[in-house]
Amino acid sequence: MAVLELNGISKHFGAIRALNNVTLSLEAGEVLGLMGDNGAGKSTIVKIIAGNFLPSEGEIRVEGRPVRFHRPIDARDNGIEVVYQDLALCDNLTAAANVYLGRELRRGIGPFKIIDYKTMYSRSRELFAELKSETRPRDLVRQMSGGQRQAVAIARTRLSQARIVLMDEPTAAISVRQVAEVLQLIERLRDQGIAVILISHRMPDVFTVADRVAVMRRGRKVADKRVADSSPEEVTGLITGALEVA
Amino acid sequence: MTSLTSHDSGAEQTHTRWSGLLANQVFWVAVATVLACIVLSFATNSFATSQNLFNVTRNFAFVAIVALGMTAVIVTAGIDLSVGSTIGLAGVVISVVMHAGFSIWIGIAAALLSAVAVGLVNGILIAYVGMQPFVVTLGMLSVGRSLAMVISQNRTIFEFGPDGGKLLALGGGSTFGIANPVLVLIVLALAMGFIFRFTRWGRHIFAVGGNERAANLTGVPVRRRKCSVYVLCGLMAGIAAVLEVGWLGAVTTGLGTGDELRVIAATVVGGANLMGGVGSAFGAVIGAALIEVIRNSLILLGVNSFWQGTFVGSFIILAVLFNRLSRSGND
Repeated sequence: MAVLELNGISKHFGAIRALNNVTLSLEAGEVLGLMGDNGAGKSTIVKIIAGNFLPSEGEIRVEGRPVRFHRPIDARDNGIEVVYQDLALCDNLTAAANVYLGRELRRGIGPFKIIDYKTMYSRSRELFAELKSETRPRDLVRQMSGGQRQAVAIARTRLSQARIVLMDEPTAAISVRQVAEVLQLIERLRDQGIAVILISHRMPDVFTVADRVAVMRRGRKVADKRVADSSPEEVTGLITGALEVA
Repeated sequence: MTSLTSHDSGAEQTHTRWSGLLANQVFWVAVATVLACIVLSFATNSFATSQNLFNVTRNFAFVAIVALGMTAVIVTAGIDLSVGSTIGLAGVVISVVMHAGFSIWIGIAAALLSAVAVGLVNGILIAYVGMQPFVVTLGMLSVGRSLAMVISQNRTIFEFGPDGGKLLALGGGSTFGIANPVLVLIVLALAMGFIFRFTRWGRHIFAVGGNERAANLTGVPVRRRKCSVYVLCGLMAGIAAVLEVGWLGAVTTGLGTGDELRVIAATVVGGANLMGGVGSAFGAVIGAALIEVIRNSLILLGVNSFWQGTFVGSFIILAVLFNRLSRSGND
Protein backbone atom coordinates (compact mmCIF):
# COMPACT_ATOMS: atom_id res chain seq x y z
CA MET A 1 0.00 0.00 0.00
CA ALA A 2 1.18 3.48 -0.80
CA VAL A 3 2.25 5.55 2.22
CA LEU A 4 1.31 8.73 0.43
CA GLU A 5 -1.20 9.28 -2.35
CA LEU A 6 -2.24 12.47 -4.07
CA ASN A 7 -5.42 12.06 -6.11
CA GLY A 8 -6.36 14.75 -8.61
CA ILE A 9 -4.77 17.61 -6.68
CA SER A 10 -5.31 21.09 -8.09
CA LYS A 11 -4.38 24.43 -6.59
CA HIS A 12 -5.27 27.85 -7.85
CA PHE A 13 -4.30 31.24 -6.55
CA GLY A 14 -6.95 33.52 -8.00
CA ALA A 15 -6.82 33.03 -11.74
CA ILE A 16 -3.44 31.29 -11.63
CA ARG A 17 -3.53 27.51 -11.76
CA ALA A 18 -0.39 26.40 -9.95
CA LEU A 19 -1.32 22.71 -9.99
CA ASN A 20 -3.65 20.94 -12.35
CA ASN A 21 -5.06 17.51 -11.49
CA VAL A 22 -1.86 15.97 -10.16
CA THR A 23 -1.89 12.34 -9.07
CA LEU A 24 1.14 10.88 -7.34
CA SER A 25 1.85 7.96 -5.06
CA LEU A 26 4.78 6.89 -2.98
CA GLU A 27 5.73 3.55 -1.42
CA ALA A 28 7.62 3.00 1.81
CA GLY A 29 11.36 2.90 1.25
CA GLU A 30 11.07 4.59 -2.11
CA VAL A 31 12.93 7.70 -3.23
CA LEU A 32 11.00 9.80 -5.72
CA GLY A 33 12.85 12.51 -7.62
CA LEU A 34 10.46 15.38 -8.32
CA MET A 35 11.76 17.55 -11.13
CA GLY A 36 10.63 20.54 -13.12
CA ASP A 37 11.59 24.04 -14.10
CA ASN A 38 10.99 27.08 -11.92
CA GLY A 39 7.27 27.69 -11.59
CA ALA A 40 6.37 24.16 -12.75
CA GLY A 41 4.55 23.47 -9.48
CA LYS A 42 7.14 21.56 -7.46
CA SER A 43 7.08 23.93 -4.52
CA THR A 44 3.29 24.05 -4.55
CA ILE A 45 3.14 20.27 -4.27
CA VAL A 46 5.61 20.35 -1.39
CA LYS A 47 3.63 23.03 0.39
CA ILE A 48 0.37 21.13 0.00
CA ILE A 49 1.89 17.90 1.32
CA ALA A 50 3.56 19.82 4.16
CA GLY A 51 0.30 21.48 5.22
CA ASN A 52 1.27 25.05 4.32
CA PHE A 53 -1.90 25.33 2.31
CA LEU A 54 -4.91 23.25 1.39
CA PRO A 55 -5.43 21.99 -2.16
CA SER A 56 -8.27 23.65 -4.09
CA GLU A 57 -9.38 20.25 -5.32
CA GLY A 58 -8.38 16.66 -4.85
CA GLU A 59 -7.55 14.35 -2.01
CA ILE A 60 -4.47 13.34 0.00
CA ARG A 61 -4.21 9.92 1.61
CA VAL A 62 -1.61 8.81 4.12
CA GLU A 63 -1.45 5.02 4.38
CA GLY A 64 -4.88 4.83 2.85
CA ARG A 65 -6.52 7.32 5.22
CA PRO A 66 -7.85 10.54 3.70
CA VAL A 67 -6.26 13.54 5.44
CA ARG A 68 -6.64 17.32 5.38
CA PHE A 69 -3.72 19.41 6.55
CA HIS A 70 -4.74 22.85 7.74
CA ARG A 71 -1.38 23.64 9.31
CA PRO A 72 2.15 22.23 9.07
CA ILE A 73 1.66 20.57 12.43
CA ASP A 74 -1.16 18.45 10.96
CA ALA A 75 1.17 17.04 8.33
CA ARG A 76 3.81 16.41 10.95
CA ASP A 77 1.31 14.56 13.13
CA ASN A 78 0.74 12.25 10.16
CA GLY A 79 4.43 11.40 9.91
CA ILE A 80 5.38 13.87 7.19
CA GLU A 81 8.54 15.94 7.65
CA VAL A 82 10.02 18.59 5.42
CA VAL A 83 13.58 19.74 4.97
CA TYR A 84 13.11 23.20 3.46
CA GLN A 85 15.38 24.68 0.88
CA ASP A 86 16.58 27.41 3.22
CA LEU A 87 16.54 24.78 6.01
CA ALA A 88 14.21 26.94 8.14
CA LEU A 89 16.70 27.43 10.95
CA CYS A 90 16.84 30.17 13.56
CA ASP A 91 20.39 31.53 13.50
CA ASN A 92 20.09 32.91 17.02
CA LEU A 93 19.32 29.54 18.58
CA THR A 94 21.42 26.47 19.31
CA ALA A 95 21.49 23.34 17.17
CA ALA A 96 19.44 21.46 19.75
CA ALA A 97 16.89 24.26 20.04
CA ASN A 98 16.48 24.17 16.27
CA VAL A 99 16.09 20.40 16.17
CA TYR A 100 13.32 20.67 18.76
CA LEU A 101 11.80 23.90 17.44
CA GLY A 102 8.03 23.77 17.78
CA ARG A 103 8.14 20.56 19.84
CA GLU A 104 10.35 21.44 22.76
CA LEU A 105 10.68 18.75 25.40
CA ARG A 106 9.43 19.64 28.85
CA ARG A 107 9.56 18.08 32.25
CA GLY A 108 7.67 18.74 35.44
CA ILE A 109 4.35 18.07 37.03
CA GLY A 110 0.95 19.13 35.75
CA PRO A 111 0.93 22.73 34.56
CA PHE A 112 4.37 23.39 36.03
CA LYS A 113 6.54 22.28 33.16
CA ILE A 114 9.93 23.62 32.18
CA ILE A 115 12.02 23.06 29.08
CA ASP A 116 14.10 19.92 29.43
CA TYR A 117 17.44 21.14 28.08
CA LYS A 118 19.35 18.11 29.31
CA THR A 119 17.36 15.57 27.32
CA MET A 120 17.20 17.84 24.28
CA TYR A 121 21.00 18.13 24.25
CA SER A 122 21.66 14.44 24.76
CA ARG A 123 19.08 13.31 22.20
CA SER A 124 20.36 15.85 19.65
CA ARG A 125 23.89 14.60 20.23
CA GLU A 126 22.71 11.06 19.43
CA LEU A 127 20.96 12.21 16.26
CA PHE A 128 24.04 14.08 15.04
CA ALA A 129 26.16 11.01 15.77
CA GLU A 130 23.77 8.84 13.74
CA LEU A 131 24.16 11.29 10.89
CA LYS A 132 27.93 11.15 11.36
CA SER A 133 27.91 14.91 11.69
CA GLU A 134 30.28 16.85 13.91
CA THR A 135 27.56 19.31 14.84
CA ARG A 136 27.50 20.08 18.56
CA PRO A 137 24.07 20.50 20.19
CA ARG A 138 25.01 23.65 22.10
CA ASP A 139 26.53 25.54 19.18
CA LEU A 140 24.67 28.47 17.73
CA VAL A 141 23.46 27.84 14.19
CA ARG A 142 24.84 31.27 13.20
CA GLN A 143 28.36 29.91 13.58
CA MET A 144 27.87 26.69 11.61
CA SER A 145 29.04 25.49 8.22
CA GLY A 146 26.61 24.59 5.45
CA GLY A 147 26.99 20.87 6.13
CA GLN A 148 26.36 21.28 9.84
CA ARG A 149 23.24 23.32 9.11
CA GLN A 150 21.99 20.55 6.82
CA ALA A 151 22.57 18.05 9.61
CA VAL A 152 20.47 20.15 11.97
CA ALA A 153 17.59 20.36 9.50
CA ILE A 154 17.77 16.64 8.73
CA ALA A 155 18.05 15.68 12.40
CA ARG A 156 14.62 17.26 12.84
CA THR A 157 13.05 14.69 10.54
CA ARG A 158 14.59 11.82 12.50
CA LEU A 159 13.23 13.13 15.74
CA SER A 160 9.66 12.18 15.05
CA GLN A 161 10.26 8.85 13.30
CA ALA A 162 8.72 10.36 10.19
CA ARG A 163 7.64 7.90 7.48
CA ILE A 164 7.65 10.45 4.69
CA VAL A 165 10.40 13.03 4.25
CA LEU A 166 10.22 15.84 1.70
CA MET A 167 13.54 17.39 0.77
CA ASP A 168 13.32 20.68 -1.10
CA GLU A 169 16.51 21.28 -3.10
CA PRO A 170 18.77 19.90 -0.36
CA THR A 171 21.84 20.02 -2.60
CA ALA A 172 21.29 23.42 -4.20
CA ALA A 173 23.77 25.47 -2.21
CA ILE A 174 26.39 23.13 -0.77
CA SER A 175 29.80 21.84 -1.72
CA VAL A 176 30.43 18.69 -3.72
CA ARG A 177 31.60 16.75 -0.68
CA GLN A 178 28.49 17.79 1.22
CA VAL A 179 26.27 16.73 -1.70
CA ALA A 180 27.68 13.23 -1.39
CA GLU A 181 26.94 13.33 2.35
CA VAL A 182 23.36 14.38 1.80
CA LEU A 183 22.81 11.70 -0.85
CA GLN A 184 24.19 9.06 1.52
CA LEU A 185 21.82 10.30 4.12
CA ILE A 186 18.87 9.95 1.75
CA GLU A 187 19.94 6.35 1.11
CA ARG A 188 20.09 5.78 4.86
CA LEU A 189 16.55 7.09 5.23
CA ARG A 190 15.36 4.80 2.43
CA ASP A 191 17.07 1.78 3.99
CA GLN A 192 14.98 2.40 7.09
CA GLY A 193 11.80 2.19 5.07
CA ILE A 194 11.22 5.93 4.91
CA ALA A 195 9.67 7.33 1.76
CA VAL A 196 11.60 10.31 0.42
CA ILE A 197 10.53 12.92 -2.08
CA LEU A 198 13.61 14.67 -3.43
CA ILE A 199 12.83 17.96 -5.12
CA SER A 200 15.83 18.88 -7.18
CA HIS A 201 17.14 20.72 -10.20
CA ARG A 202 20.23 18.58 -10.27
CA MET A 203 19.96 15.68 -12.68
CA PRO A 204 22.96 13.72 -11.29
CA ASP A 205 21.53 13.73 -7.78
CA VAL A 206 18.19 12.36 -8.89
CA PHE A 207 19.75 9.71 -11.08
CA THR A 208 22.15 8.68 -8.31
CA VAL A 209 19.70 8.26 -5.51
CA ALA A 210 16.10 8.12 -6.78
CA ASP A 211 14.14 5.00 -7.66
CA ARG A 212 11.54 6.88 -9.63
CA VAL A 213 11.36 10.29 -11.26
CA ALA A 214 8.29 12.46 -11.72
CA VAL A 215 8.44 15.52 -13.96
CA MET A 216 6.26 18.61 -13.57
CA ARG A 217 5.60 21.16 -16.28
CA ARG A 218 3.20 24.12 -15.96
CA GLY A 219 1.36 22.61 -13.03
CA ARG A 220 0.86 19.19 -14.60
CA LYS A 221 2.67 15.92 -14.08
CA VAL A 222 4.02 15.00 -17.52
CA ALA A 223 6.00 11.90 -16.58
CA ASP A 224 6.33 9.39 -13.76
CA LYS A 225 8.62 6.48 -14.41
CA ARG A 226 11.39 4.35 -12.98
CA VAL A 227 14.80 5.95 -13.17
CA ALA A 228 16.14 2.76 -14.74
CA ASP A 229 13.68 3.20 -17.62
CA SER A 230 14.58 6.83 -18.24
CA SER A 231 17.60 8.93 -18.97
CA PRO A 232 18.82 12.42 -18.09
CA GLU A 233 18.28 13.43 -21.71
CA GLU A 234 14.67 12.32 -21.66
CA VAL A 235 13.99 14.07 -18.36
CA THR A 236 15.61 17.26 -19.63
CA GLY A 237 13.35 17.13 -22.66
CA LEU A 238 10.31 16.65 -20.44
CA ILE A 239 11.24 19.54 -18.19
CA THR A 240 11.79 21.98 -21.03
CA GLY A 241 8.80 20.79 -23.02
CA ALA A 242 10.87 19.47 -25.94
CA LEU A 243 9.14 16.16 -25.18
CA GLU A 244 5.41 16.42 -24.55
CA VAL A 245 4.94 13.21 -22.56
CA ALA A 246 6.98 10.12 -21.82
CA MET B 1 26.67 30.80 28.19
CA THR B 2 27.59 33.38 30.71
CA SER B 3 26.49 33.11 34.26
CA LEU B 4 25.19 36.66 34.09
CA THR B 5 22.41 36.29 31.65
CA SER B 6 20.49 33.90 29.51
CA HIS B 7 21.20 36.31 26.73
CA ASP B 8 20.00 34.96 23.46
CA SER B 9 19.46 31.31 23.03
CA GLY B 10 20.31 30.97 26.69
CA ALA B 11 22.69 28.14 26.06
CA GLU B 12 25.45 29.19 23.74
CA GLN B 13 28.71 27.47 24.34
CA THR B 14 30.82 28.26 21.37
CA HIS B 15 32.74 30.83 23.30
CA THR B 16 34.55 29.96 26.42
CA ARG B 17 32.97 31.35 29.54
CA TRP B 18 35.27 34.38 29.65
CA SER B 19 35.39 35.36 26.00
CA GLY B 20 31.62 34.99 25.90
CA LEU B 21 31.34 37.33 28.83
CA LEU B 22 33.58 39.92 27.20
CA ALA B 23 31.52 39.82 24.01
CA ASN B 24 28.33 40.37 25.94
CA GLN B 25 26.77 43.82 25.87
CA VAL B 26 24.89 43.23 29.13
CA PHE B 27 28.15 42.56 30.90
CA TRP B 28 29.65 45.86 29.75
CA VAL B 29 26.52 47.80 30.63
CA ALA B 30 26.63 46.26 34.11
CA VAL B 31 30.31 47.25 34.42
CA ALA B 32 29.50 50.77 33.27
CA THR B 33 26.70 51.05 35.81
CA VAL B 34 28.89 49.92 38.69
CA LEU B 35 31.71 52.24 37.57
CA ALA B 36 29.30 55.17 37.31
CA CYS B 37 28.09 54.46 40.84
CA ILE B 38 31.64 54.32 42.22
CA VAL B 39 32.70 57.52 40.45
CA LEU B 40 29.57 59.32 41.62
CA SER B 41 30.14 58.20 45.20
CA PHE B 42 33.47 60.02 45.18
CA ALA B 43 32.51 62.94 42.95
CA THR B 44 29.44 63.93 44.94
CA ASN B 45 28.46 63.89 48.58
CA SER B 46 24.87 63.12 47.83
CA PHE B 47 24.94 60.03 45.56
CA ALA B 48 25.83 57.33 48.04
CA THR B 49 23.30 58.44 50.62
CA SER B 50 20.64 55.89 51.44
CA GLN B 51 17.92 58.40 50.56
CA ASN B 52 19.34 59.01 47.08
CA LEU B 53 19.89 55.31 46.40
CA PHE B 54 16.35 54.63 47.55
CA ASN B 55 15.13 57.25 45.06
CA VAL B 56 17.30 56.02 42.21
CA THR B 57 16.19 52.41 42.56
CA ARG B 58 12.55 53.37 42.86
CA ASN B 59 12.72 55.74 39.87
CA PHE B 60 14.22 53.18 37.56
CA ALA B 61 11.86 50.43 38.76
CA PHE B 62 8.93 51.90 36.82
CA VAL B 63 10.89 52.04 33.59
CA ALA B 64 12.50 48.64 34.18
CA ILE B 65 9.16 46.90 34.81
CA VAL B 66 7.86 48.08 31.44
CA ALA B 67 11.23 47.29 29.84
CA LEU B 68 10.69 43.63 30.79
CA GLY B 69 7.59 43.60 28.62
CA MET B 70 9.29 45.65 25.93
CA THR B 71 12.11 43.09 25.84
CA ALA B 72 9.62 40.38 24.88
CA VAL B 73 8.23 42.63 22.13
CA ILE B 74 11.66 43.56 20.77
CA VAL B 75 12.82 39.93 20.90
CA THR B 76 10.08 39.14 18.36
CA ALA B 77 11.44 42.00 16.21
CA GLY B 78 8.52 44.23 17.15
CA ILE B 79 8.27 47.58 18.90
CA ASP B 80 5.66 49.07 21.22
CA LEU B 81 5.48 52.86 21.15
CA SER B 82 2.21 52.94 23.08
CA VAL B 83 3.53 52.03 26.55
CA GLY B 84 3.75 55.64 27.75
CA SER B 85 0.13 56.26 26.85
CA THR B 86 -0.86 52.91 28.33
CA ILE B 87 0.70 54.01 31.62
CA GLY B 88 -1.31 57.23 31.38
CA LEU B 89 -4.54 55.40 30.58
CA ALA B 90 -4.15 52.74 33.28
CA GLY B 91 -3.17 55.42 35.81
CA VAL B 92 -6.26 57.46 35.02
CA VAL B 93 -8.47 54.36 35.12
CA ILE B 94 -7.37 53.29 38.61
CA SER B 95 -7.71 56.87 39.86
CA VAL B 96 -11.18 57.39 38.44
CA VAL B 97 -12.43 53.99 39.64
CA MET B 98 -11.07 54.49 43.17
CA HIS B 99 -12.18 58.12 43.24
CA ALA B 100 -15.69 56.82 42.57
CA GLY B 101 -15.45 54.86 45.81
CA PHE B 102 -14.51 51.39 44.62
CA SER B 103 -11.93 49.31 46.48
CA ILE B 104 -8.26 49.19 45.54
CA TRP B 105 -8.68 45.65 44.15
CA ILE B 106 -11.35 46.73 41.71
CA GLY B 107 -9.20 49.73 40.82
CA ILE B 108 -6.15 47.59 40.13
CA ALA B 109 -8.19 45.08 38.14
CA ALA B 110 -9.70 47.86 36.02
CA ALA B 111 -6.30 49.47 35.42
CA LEU B 112 -4.65 46.19 34.42
CA LEU B 113 -7.61 45.26 32.22
CA SER B 114 -7.45 48.57 30.38
CA ALA B 115 -3.69 48.14 29.88
CA VAL B 116 -4.14 44.57 28.65
CA ALA B 117 -6.90 45.78 26.30
CA VAL B 118 -4.50 48.25 24.69
CA GLY B 119 -1.94 45.44 24.33
CA LEU B 120 -4.56 43.12 22.87
CA VAL B 121 -5.60 45.66 20.23
CA ASN B 122 -1.92 46.14 19.34
CA GLY B 123 -1.35 42.39 19.24
CA ILE B 124 -4.37 41.56 17.11
CA LEU B 125 -3.64 44.26 14.56
CA ILE B 126 0.03 43.27 14.36
CA ALA B 127 -0.15 39.48 14.56
CA TYR B 128 -3.48 38.67 12.91
CA VAL B 129 -4.11 41.63 10.59
CA GLY B 130 -0.42 41.80 9.73
CA MET B 131 0.15 45.52 10.21
CA GLN B 132 3.50 47.02 11.06
CA PRO B 133 4.18 47.29 14.81
CA PHE B 134 5.51 50.82 14.41
CA VAL B 135 2.33 52.11 12.78
CA VAL B 136 -0.12 50.30 15.04
CA THR B 137 1.53 51.27 18.31
CA LEU B 138 2.13 54.83 17.16
CA GLY B 139 -1.60 55.06 16.55
CA MET B 140 -2.34 53.55 19.96
CA LEU B 141 0.04 56.06 21.53
CA SER B 142 -2.38 58.76 20.43
CA VAL B 143 -5.53 56.75 21.16
CA GLY B 144 -4.43 55.81 24.68
CA ARG B 145 -3.52 59.37 25.65
CA SER B 146 -6.76 60.68 24.26
CA LEU B 147 -8.84 58.06 26.09
CA ALA B 148 -7.08 59.01 29.33
CA MET B 149 -8.24 62.60 28.81
CA VAL B 150 -11.77 61.51 27.93
CA ILE B 151 -12.07 59.29 31.01
CA SER B 152 -10.69 61.85 33.46
CA GLN B 153 -12.12 64.91 31.69
CA ASN B 154 -8.50 66.04 31.81
CA ARG B 155 -8.72 66.70 35.56
CA THR B 156 -5.93 66.06 38.02
CA ILE B 157 -7.03 63.38 40.46
CA PHE B 158 -5.56 63.25 43.95
CA GLU B 159 -8.48 61.81 45.92
CA PHE B 160 -8.53 58.02 45.69
CA GLY B 161 -11.61 57.27 47.79
CA PRO B 162 -11.75 55.06 50.89
CA ASP B 163 -8.80 52.87 49.82
CA GLY B 164 -6.58 55.82 48.90
CA GLY B 165 -4.21 55.15 51.78
CA LYS B 166 -3.60 51.61 50.60
CA LEU B 167 -2.77 52.81 47.09
CA LEU B 168 -0.28 55.38 48.39
CA ALA B 169 1.30 52.73 50.63
CA LEU B 170 1.55 50.28 47.75
CA GLY B 171 3.36 52.62 45.38
CA GLY B 172 5.09 54.97 47.77
CA GLY B 173 5.89 52.71 50.70
CA SER B 174 8.70 50.31 51.30
CA THR B 175 9.20 46.86 52.74
CA PHE B 176 12.42 45.86 54.55
CA GLY B 177 13.85 49.26 53.54
CA ILE B 178 13.36 48.60 49.83
CA ALA B 179 10.81 50.63 47.88
CA ASN B 180 7.79 48.52 46.94
CA PRO B 181 8.14 49.17 43.18
CA VAL B 182 11.69 47.80 43.41
CA LEU B 183 10.44 44.64 45.10
CA VAL B 184 7.82 44.22 42.40
CA LEU B 185 10.54 44.72 39.79
CA ILE B 186 12.76 42.08 41.40
CA VAL B 187 9.94 39.53 41.44
CA LEU B 188 8.90 40.29 37.86
CA ALA B 189 12.48 40.29 36.57
CA LEU B 190 13.19 36.89 38.12
CA ALA B 191 9.90 35.57 36.77
CA MET B 192 10.57 36.88 33.26
CA GLY B 193 14.15 35.64 33.28
CA PHE B 194 12.83 32.20 34.14
CA ILE B 195 10.01 32.36 31.61
CA PHE B 196 12.30 33.47 28.77
CA ARG B 197 14.59 30.53 29.35
CA PHE B 198 12.51 27.69 30.67
CA THR B 199 9.10 27.89 29.04
CA ARG B 200 7.96 26.99 25.58
CA TRP B 201 6.54 30.51 25.21
CA GLY B 202 9.94 31.97 26.00
CA ARG B 203 11.79 29.82 23.51
CA HIS B 204 9.17 30.51 20.86
CA ILE B 205 9.44 34.28 21.01
CA PHE B 206 13.19 33.98 20.42
CA ALA B 207 12.51 31.68 17.48
CA VAL B 208 9.97 34.13 16.04
CA GLY B 209 12.52 36.94 16.32
CA GLY B 210 15.30 34.80 14.87
CA ASN B 211 13.45 33.50 11.82
CA GLU B 212 9.72 34.00 11.75
CA ARG B 213 9.22 31.86 8.67
CA ALA B 214 11.18 28.97 10.16
CA ALA B 215 9.21 29.23 13.38
CA ASN B 216 5.98 29.09 11.41
CA LEU B 217 7.11 26.13 9.31
CA THR B 218 8.17 24.13 12.35
CA GLY B 219 4.80 24.56 14.01
CA VAL B 220 5.43 27.43 16.41
CA PRO B 221 2.09 29.29 16.83
CA VAL B 222 3.67 32.50 15.54
CA ARG B 223 0.58 34.70 15.50
CA ARG B 224 -0.48 33.78 19.00
CA ARG B 225 3.05 34.36 20.29
CA LYS B 226 3.34 37.72 18.56
CA CYS B 227 -0.02 38.81 19.91
CA SER B 228 0.91 37.68 23.42
CA VAL B 229 4.04 39.83 23.69
CA TYR B 230 2.02 43.02 23.17
CA VAL B 231 -0.50 41.89 25.77
CA LEU B 232 2.37 41.22 28.17
CA CYS B 233 3.93 44.59 27.42
CA GLY B 234 0.57 46.28 28.07
CA LEU B 235 0.20 44.38 31.34
CA MET B 236 3.66 45.50 32.48
CA ALA B 237 2.76 49.11 31.65
CA GLY B 238 -0.42 48.66 33.71
CA ILE B 239 1.52 47.32 36.71
CA ALA B 240 3.99 50.21 36.46
CA ALA B 241 1.08 52.67 36.26
CA VAL B 242 -0.58 51.36 39.44
CA LEU B 243 2.68 51.67 41.37
CA GLU B 244 3.51 55.06 39.90
CA VAL B 245 0.10 56.49 40.80
CA GLY B 246 0.55 55.28 44.38
CA TRP B 247 3.98 56.88 44.52
CA LEU B 248 2.97 60.24 43.00
CA GLY B 249 -0.29 60.52 44.93
CA ALA B 250 -1.85 62.47 42.08
CA VAL B 251 -2.60 61.70 38.46
CA THR B 252 -2.69 63.99 35.48
CA THR B 253 -3.37 62.82 31.95
CA GLY B 254 0.28 63.54 31.26
CA LEU B 255 1.33 60.49 33.32
CA GLY B 256 3.90 58.42 31.43
CA THR B 257 4.37 60.90 28.59
CA GLY B 258 7.62 60.10 26.82
CA ASP B 259 8.12 56.91 28.83
CA GLU B 260 8.13 54.83 25.63
CA LEU B 261 11.47 56.40 24.78
CA ARG B 262 13.00 55.70 28.20
CA VAL B 263 11.67 52.14 28.14
CA ILE B 264 12.96 51.40 24.65
CA ALA B 265 16.29 53.00 25.56
CA ALA B 266 16.59 50.79 28.64
CA THR B 267 15.72 47.68 26.63
CA VAL B 268 18.15 48.42 23.82
CA VAL B 269 20.96 49.56 26.13
CA GLY B 270 20.36 46.27 27.95
CA GLY B 271 21.36 44.36 24.83
CA ALA B 272 18.05 43.65 23.11
CA ASN B 273 18.42 43.80 19.34
CA LEU B 274 15.78 45.76 17.42
CA MET B 275 16.18 43.24 14.59
CA GLY B 276 14.81 40.59 16.93
CA GLY B 277 16.01 37.33 18.45
CA VAL B 278 18.21 38.81 21.18
CA GLY B 279 17.40 40.20 24.61
CA SER B 280 17.21 39.29 28.28
CA ALA B 281 15.32 40.21 31.43
CA PHE B 282 18.52 41.02 33.29
CA GLY B 283 19.60 43.24 30.40
CA ALA B 284 16.36 45.22 30.55
CA VAL B 285 16.85 45.88 34.27
CA ILE B 286 20.51 46.78 34.02
CA GLY B 287 19.82 49.02 30.99
CA ALA B 288 17.17 50.90 32.95
CA ALA B 289 19.55 51.15 35.91
CA LEU B 290 22.36 52.65 33.86
CA ILE B 291 20.10 55.27 32.31
CA GLU B 292 18.69 56.26 35.70
CA VAL B 293 22.12 56.45 37.31
CA ILE B 294 23.35 58.72 34.52
CA ARG B 295 20.19 60.84 34.76
CA ASN B 296 20.59 61.09 38.52
CA SER B 297 24.25 62.01 38.19
CA LEU B 298 23.39 64.86 35.83
CA ILE B 299 21.08 66.27 38.47
CA LEU B 300 23.59 65.79 41.29
CA LEU B 301 26.38 67.34 39.22
CA GLY B 302 24.21 70.37 38.59
CA VAL B 303 23.67 69.85 34.84
CA ASN B 304 20.59 71.61 33.53
CA SER B 305 17.75 69.07 33.40
CA PHE B 306 16.90 70.21 29.87
CA TRP B 307 19.85 68.08 28.78
CA GLN B 308 18.23 64.81 29.91
CA GLY B 309 16.43 64.15 26.64
CA THR B 310 19.68 64.56 24.75
CA PHE B 311 21.30 61.91 26.91
CA VAL B 312 18.45 59.39 26.67
CA GLY B 313 18.21 59.84 22.90
CA SER B 314 21.98 59.53 22.45
CA PHE B 315 21.93 56.38 24.53
CA ILE B 316 19.49 54.65 22.17
CA ILE B 317 21.58 55.60 19.17
CA LEU B 318 24.84 54.53 20.82
CA ALA B 319 23.38 51.22 21.96
CA VAL B 320 22.13 50.35 18.48
CA LEU B 321 25.47 51.41 17.01
CA PHE B 322 27.32 49.22 19.52
CA ASN B 323 25.02 46.35 18.63
CA ARG B 324 25.74 46.76 14.92
CA LEU B 325 29.48 46.96 15.44
CA SER B 326 29.72 43.88 17.62
CA ARG B 327 27.50 42.01 15.18
CA SER B 328 29.46 42.89 12.07
CA GLY B 329 32.56 41.79 13.97
CA ASN B 330 31.00 38.35 14.40
CA ASP B 331 29.97 37.70 10.83
